[in-house]
Amino acid sequence: MNPIFKSHEKDFMRIEADQVCVDYNGTVALYDASLNLKAGSICGLVGMNGAGKSTFFKALMGFVRPSRGKIRINGIKLNQAQKEQSVAYVPQNEGIDYSFPVSVWDVVMMGRYGAMNIFRIPRESDRRAVVHALERVDLFDLRDRPIGSLSGGQRKRAFLARAIAQRASVLLLDEPFSGVDVPTEKLMAELFLQFRQEGHTILISTHDLNHVRDFCDFVVLINKTVLAYGETSEVFTSENLNKTFGGIPPNPLSGPTSSKDFVNE
Amino acid sequence: MSEFLISITPIDWLLDPLTHDFMRRALMVSALVGGVCGLLSCYMTLKGWALMGDAVSHAVMPGVVVAYALGLPFSLGAFVFGVGSVALIGFVKQKSRIKEDTVIGLVFTGFFALGLVLVSKIKSNIDLMQILFGSPLGISRSDVNQTLIISFIVISILLIFRKDLMLYCFDAKHARSIGINTGILHYLLLTLLSLSAVVGLQTVGIILVVAMLITPGATAYLLTDRFDQMTLLAVISSSFSSILGVYISYWSDIETGGSIVLVQTLIFLIAFLFAPRYGIFKKQSLINND
Repeated sequence: MNPIFKSHEKDFMRIEADQVCVDYNGTVALYDASLNLKAGSICGLVGMNGAGKSTFFKALMGFVRPSRGKIRINGIKLNQAQKEQSVAYVPQNEGIDYSFPVSVWDVVMMGRYGAMNIFRIPRESDRRAVVHALERVDLFDLRDRPIGSLSGGQRKRAFLARAIAQRASVLLLDEPFSGVDVPTEKLMAELFLQFRQEGHTILISTHDLNHVRDFCDFVVLINKTVLAYGETSEVFTSENLNKTFGGIPPNPLSGPTSSKDFVNE
Repeated sequence: MSEFLISITPIDWLLDPLTHDFMRRALMVSALVGGVCGLLSCYMTLKGWALMGDAVSHAVMPGVVVAYALGLPFSLGAFVFGVGSVALIGFVKQKSRIKEDTVIGLVFTGFFALGLVLVSKIKSNIDLMQILFGSPLGISRSDVNQTLIISFIVISILLIFRKDLMLYCFDAKHARSIGINTGILHYLLLTLLSLSAVVGLQTVGIILVVAMLITPGATAYLLTDRFDQMTLLAVISSSFSSILGVYISYWSDIETGGSIVLVQTLIFLIAFLFAPRYGIFKKQSLINND
């Protein structure tokens, strides 16, 4: 196991959700959602818009409080795991103000804030972590650029670098492939495999079924609850997808083998 | 008048006001208030809280009147009503289907109207013009002390939580996911807004204080892509505007608050037109380099 993780982190399930229910002002958004992800796995979270996919994601990030059920990360409570910097979140490109006056370096350094003291003054180890993260996503040369001057793919890589710099064992990615160019997609795919080898667990929320089939060992199909969950090869059947997408699946099984085939490289 | 202006040298123009005790005080307080509001204005413009700044600064009106009537420090009354308005905005928004900007407009005009009614009803020596338009040239010693204390508090908190507040404005979700309590940061920023409005209204008055809370930040935002530089530029341009505004007000006998805000607006206009990267007449070479 990778030495960067704390000792207790390897003995437990990375992500444990036990019969999680979420309701907004009496309207049920999600019920009895259960999930167990072990160390070193990549899992796709798939569902239609409004099917509770983003609600489940928010619950796993602690942004909504479940009305029932339990969520544990590495065997401890979610908010404690977050304080220990065990959970990193990579946002959708659309959710960020890219005219904000920060450089790529500043953004990646934000991944270290949780490990710093109250004044958030970077130490040498924090700077090393940022350099290392920037090198892994191939953005070191652009470190002094304003975040807004980057392309869509580079922006995504910058936020991925922030998650790497945080050295979390659990990575939550919200629509990581939207608005991403081909080189970035390749780089991300390679990184995900390396993360898995290092013992990270990655949960990817996406509506792109091709990517799920390409990258994910496990898949969770969601429609108000967890409809099916398991290894991608077993769960990704047209019957299950029909249930998930209410009879109108986006037809991934008869399409090209990968979205990469659409693009001439 | 014009003959008189021609006859004085620039040195006299700068030094003559300093011979008066009230002018030294006015310049010192205005520069300090400019710095405090300028620093906070960066967070207001980046967070998109301009309307909130407008709301809080107007809502402190009844607090000022009540405090004067009861003989309390006016900053205490202003602060209570500033924070109260924010709490009320949050409450009405949560408990009704009305959109936030409507709630903000509704609450602050209501508070402001209450202030106007109270001024006309409470028989005292409150000068309505002074509250509405500020009077840094007539600032009293006790008011100077209040301003010093509040400014010190606001600057200290902003310096300590600089990075956390910046992260909260940029990506609150990330802040939450690494275990930072964003609820506390939200109310901390609102409290700082109330306190800054309290000190700002002394120099430019309730009506124009919102300019102090957004214009320097907006100007600096056009000039740089670095957060630290932005805060520095905002503080410098804001303090400079205050000092120049007071000087102009002294020499040409115009209203001080208006003079300060007008200087700020002119600096913004210059940045809007000529900022190297984001101005209307930006340098071609910078575009070609990108």
